[in-house]
Amino acid sequence: MTSIPPAHSSSDTTTARQRAFFDASGSQRITQAGQTAYRQALEDGWADPTRLHTESRRAASLLDGAREAIAGVFGVSTKDIHFAPSHVEALHRATSAILAGRRRIGSHVAVSAVERSAILNALTYAEAQTTVVPVDTAGRVLLPDFIDALRRADTAVAILQQANPEVGTVQPLTEAYEAAQTANVPLLVDAGASIGHIAVPHSWDALVAQPADWGGGQGIGVLAVRPRTRFRRTWPEDSSPWFPGVVNIPAAFAAAVTLLEAERERASWSSRSTDLITKIRSAAATIPDCEVVGDPLDRLPHVATFSCLYVDGEALVTECDRRGYAVGSGSACTSLSLQPSHVLAAMGVLTHGNVRIALDRSATQEQVERFCQELPDIVATVRRQLGVSDL
Amino acid sequence: MIECDATGLRCPLPVIRLARLIQEGPPGAQVRVIASDPAAEYDIPAWARMKGHTCSAPNYTTEPHWSVSFVVTATGV
Repeated sequence: MTSIPPAHSSSDTTTARQRAFFDASGSQRITQAGQTAYRQALEDGWADPTRLHTESRRAASLLDGAREAIAGVFGVSTKDIHFAPSHVEALHRATSAILAGRRRIGSHVAVSAVERSAILNALTYAEAQTTVVPVDTAGRVLLPDFIDALRRADTAVAILQQANPEVGTVQPLTEAYEAAQTANVPLLVDAGASIGHIAVPHSWDALVAQPADWGGGQGIGVLAVRPRTRFRRTWPEDSSPWFPGVVNIPAAFAAAVTLLEAERERASWSSRSTDLITKIRSAAATIPDCEVVGDPLDRLPHVATFSCLYVDGEALVTECDRRGYAVGSGSACTSLSLQPSHVLAAMGVLTHGNVRIALDRSATQEQVERFCQELPDIVATVRRQLGVSDL
Repeated sequence: MIECDATGLRCPLPVIRLARLIQEGPPGAQVRVIASDPAAEYDIPAWARMKGHTCSAPNYTTEPHWSVSFVVTATGV
C-alpha cells in the first residue's frame, strides 16, 4: 500500500517563509481573498446547481454571481461566460469547436508560431490546415504575414495570444482583430498569461482566460464567446454546451473574487512588477554569454526570460531551487517531452540554459534584489560544475 | 575543415564541444558540426550569433536517424 506523503517535506533546505516563488506563470499563489472565497463556496456551494431545491439554488447563486462578475470585467453578458475544468481544456474546446463551426468555409487556421502547445496540439488533432505564422526575435508575430494568412478564403479561425506566457511579449491584437473582422474570420484569443497583469483585451470573438494566472487557483478555466460566434460541438450533447458536467463552484467563485481583486490592484501591481522585472533583466544582462529575450518594453510586466550559454536549464533551476528561488525554464531537459520550447525556437534564441521568471504579488523587493545579487554566482557555479568556465 | 561529431549528445553538450573546437582553432577556422539533439538545430545558430561567428543554413539527414549539420566559420578577430 502506498502512503500519502506529508504536506510539508522536512528535507527542504529553506523554509516556506524564506523561499521566493518566481515561477507563477499559470501557477500563482492563491490570494487570501481567493482562499476565503473558496472556503465559503465549499461551505455554501457544494450542491449540484442544476436541481430544484434550496441547496441547489444556493450553489447556483454562487455560480451565477461568479459568472456575472467575470462577465462585467470582460465586457460581455453573463450567459457568454463558460467555466472549464482547466485552461488547457478551454483552449482545446474553443479551438476545435470554432474550427468545426466554420467547416463549410474551410479548415484553414492562421496561428502564431508562439501559441501555447495546447492550441497547436488541438489543431493537429483536428487535422486543420494550419498556417503557422513566424515571429520576430522578440517573439512578436509578423503582423502582415498573419493578416495575409487569415485573409485566405478558406480560413475558419485565426488564433493569437494577447501576450506570450514564456517571454512576455505583447502581440498586436487590435490590428489583428481589425483585419479578422474585415475578413469575417473569428479571432480566438488566449489571454491566459495576461489578464490580471495588463488591461483586459476587447479585440476578440472568443477569449480564453486562466484564473491560476491571476491568483484564483487551479482546476478552473474561463471561456468567453461573443454571441455571433459560430461553433459546433465536437463532443456529445449536454445541458452545459461548452463543458459538460457540473462546474467546480468553489474554484469558479474564487476565480471571480480574485479577478476583481486583481483588477483593483492591477495598476499598482503593474508598476511594482515592472520595476522588479527591470531589475532582473538588468542583472541577467550583465552575465557573460547570457541573453535576455522578449520585448524589453511592450511586454507583460511580471515576466522575464533569459538564456545562458553552455549550461542546461535543469541545472540552473536546481541551483536556484537550492538557494531558495523557484524559477521556470523552457529548456528541453526541463520538459516532460525533452523537446526545447517551441517559443524560443521560433524566436531563434538559445533554448538551452533558459530561465523563466514570472512573479506574483507575493514577490518582495528584498527577494528580487537578493536574487539579482546571487544570479551571476548561480550561473558561474553551474558553469564551474560543468567545466565550461573557460569558454 | 574541422569535423565535430556531436551525434548522441544532449543539449548543451553539442554547443560546448563546438565552442571548444572553435576556441582552440585559429581565427577564421571552419568547423562542420553534426548533432542529433533537436535543440541543436536552434542552439548552434543562436550560439554563433551571440559569439559573432558565421553559421551556414542547416542541412538535415534522416538516415539512419535524424540529425542536423552546420558549417561554422569562426570570427576573424
